[in-house]
Amino acid sequence: MASLPEELDTRAPADQPGLLTTLLSIRHSWVATLGFCLVLFWVVIALIAPYAAPYDPNAQDFLALANPRPSSTHLLGTDMLGRDMLSRVMWGARTVLTVAPIAVVVAYLIGAVMGLLAGYYGGWTDAVISRISDIVLSFPVIILYLIIIANFGASALNIIIAVTFTAAPQIMRIVRGLTLDIKNREYVTAAQIRGESAVYIMAVEILPNARGPLIVDACLRMGYTTIAIGVLGFLGLGLPPPDPDWGGMVKDSVGLMSIYPHMSLIPAAAISSLVIGFNLLADGIRELALRD
Amino acid sequence: MMSFVLRRLGQMAFTVIVASFLIFAVSEWTPGSAARKMLGPYALPEQVESLSRELGLDRPVLVRYVEWAGNVLQGDLGYSTLYKQPVAPVFADRLKNTAMLAAIAFAIIVPVSILFGIMAGMREGSLFDRGISVAAILCTSLPEFALGAFLSSIFVIWLGILPGTSTLQDSGGWSVASQLVLPVAVMVLYDAGYVIRMVRASMIEVMLAPYIRTAILKGMSFRQVITRHALRNALIAPFTVILLQINYLITGVVVVEAVFAYPGFGRMMLDAALNKDVALIEAGALVAVGIAVTTQVAGDIGYMLLNPRIRIA
Repeated sequence: MASLPEELDTRAPADQPGLLTTLLSIRHSWVATLGFCLVLFWVVIALIAPYAAPYDPNAQDFLALANPRPSSTHLLGTDMLGRDMLSRVMWGARTVLTVAPIAVVVAYLIGAVMGLLAGYYGGWTDAVISRISDIVLSFPVIILYLIIIANFGASALNIIIAVTFTAAPQIMRIVRGLTLDIKNREYVTAAQIRGESAVYIMAVEILPNARGPLIVDACLRMGYTTIAIGVLGFLGLGLPPPDPDWGGMVKDSVGLMSIYPHMSLIPAAAISSLVIGFNLLADGIRELALRD
Repeated sequence: MMSFVLRRLGQMAFTVIVASFLIFAVSEWTPGSAARKMLGPYALPEQVESLSRELGLDRPVLVRYVEWAGNVLQGDLGYSTLYKQPVAPVFADRLKNTAMLAAIAFAIIVPVSILFGIMAGMREGSLFDRGISVAAILCTSLPEFALGAFLSSIFVIWLGILPGTSTLQDSGGWSVASQLVLPVAVMVLYDAGYVIRMVRASMIEVMLAPYIRTAILKGMSFRQVITRHALRNALIAPFTVILLQINYLITGVVVVEAVFAYPGFGRMMLDAALNKDVALIEAGALVAVGIAVTTQVAGDIGYMLLNPRIRIA
């Protein structure tokens, strides 16, 4: 989790596939297709959770406590408080798939602006922005999470802040590298000569032409962020109870694993499959880009 | 060359100083003063105020930072409110435990990743390469706590051949060695997948280099091409990546240690964070940054020594 996706190709290929083209081309790679299906599965689950979940995720069924294992009334069993596992896993998908995209988008907004400025202007701007990033990156990610959450408390907003704070410098580095490469292309020079503003050049000429590697990175980052949210939940620094969150569900039940393994294994499998989905998707898209 | 090393060391010192100030400022400035965090939520305002005065917390942050930094430089890391003793001894003990775990994991991760990465990368697209790549993605995709739960359910609950906790105490009839197996396994699986992918990517790039084609065309056997030409060049780029794993292994193992109740650095930091033990968090974060920056600089310098083409001096 702590590492930069260094295998990313930071040289923009000549013809940049857009988001839609990328989505359509996914069917040519079975890795990407599998990843896409896994992610889509959880997105659908998250969307239909309020209508399809058999129980209220926080409602306790005390009769089920006698035997919380999977049964016909509770398809995936219940947790140690008698709450339906299936409903909690479904609602948990909603939590992750709300917090993670927001965190990634915010991190991208900040990281991309910093990277564009550093790469386009160079000189002092670059030195200052790069130095700030170096300092943030010198903290191990998990230690940063601990410091931030311990000092500011656990809430969805603080999780987003923590993830943004750690991811933005990494995104900045990638965008900076791409900008350095793209700003010497003829079409950028052409725009400069016809007198376009720096903001226009960065937003219209450079950023769209850097999107190929950024789409891959965003997929990977969704995976990292999902892990981060799960880890924070598992460490007891995540969303406050009782709302279901996969990491927290594992934390609450891991002590009971020898008796009721399903309570921790089901949410653990849920988060793993979602992250696998994101990572397979990223890997497949990257491979497709290299193949063309 | 010398000036490059000096410049890197200068940057390193700058980073550590700024980072240490940030750690200090964030811990002391955030909602609830340091005195409030030490006394807990039930302390009276007068008590908080008197402790603040006693500890000199009413003075400006910069003054207190200089004082704190001075103490740290003299080896005085402050007093842990959680363990009710000075930070330094608690710290040394925990760091030693984690270093042991990290050393074992590192000794497994490096050869395994290099072996699999090279073998996958030397024939890109082969069945072996495909298998390794997918397996590596799967391993890095499993969060450590999920991986811990999966492995525990197999080896602790189902097979019953390993202990579920690793407290390093001899109680329960499990030897210390057997207690280390699962934490190390989780760290290796989680981390090796990433390193394998790095080595593989580097190997693929080397295999496309003109000198490899030349070596093949002049009639060398595939084995010789790999061992004489490709291997050494393919290991230059991943060198830095491998060195940076030390970081993760020592300061990033919070989750693994939490899963297995291992008495190490990560658990200590988690407990410190949950109990708002300011002195312990500050000292721990400082050590973490120190280790991170040192490995980065060591990686840069080593990389330069390995690859004479990038003498940036």
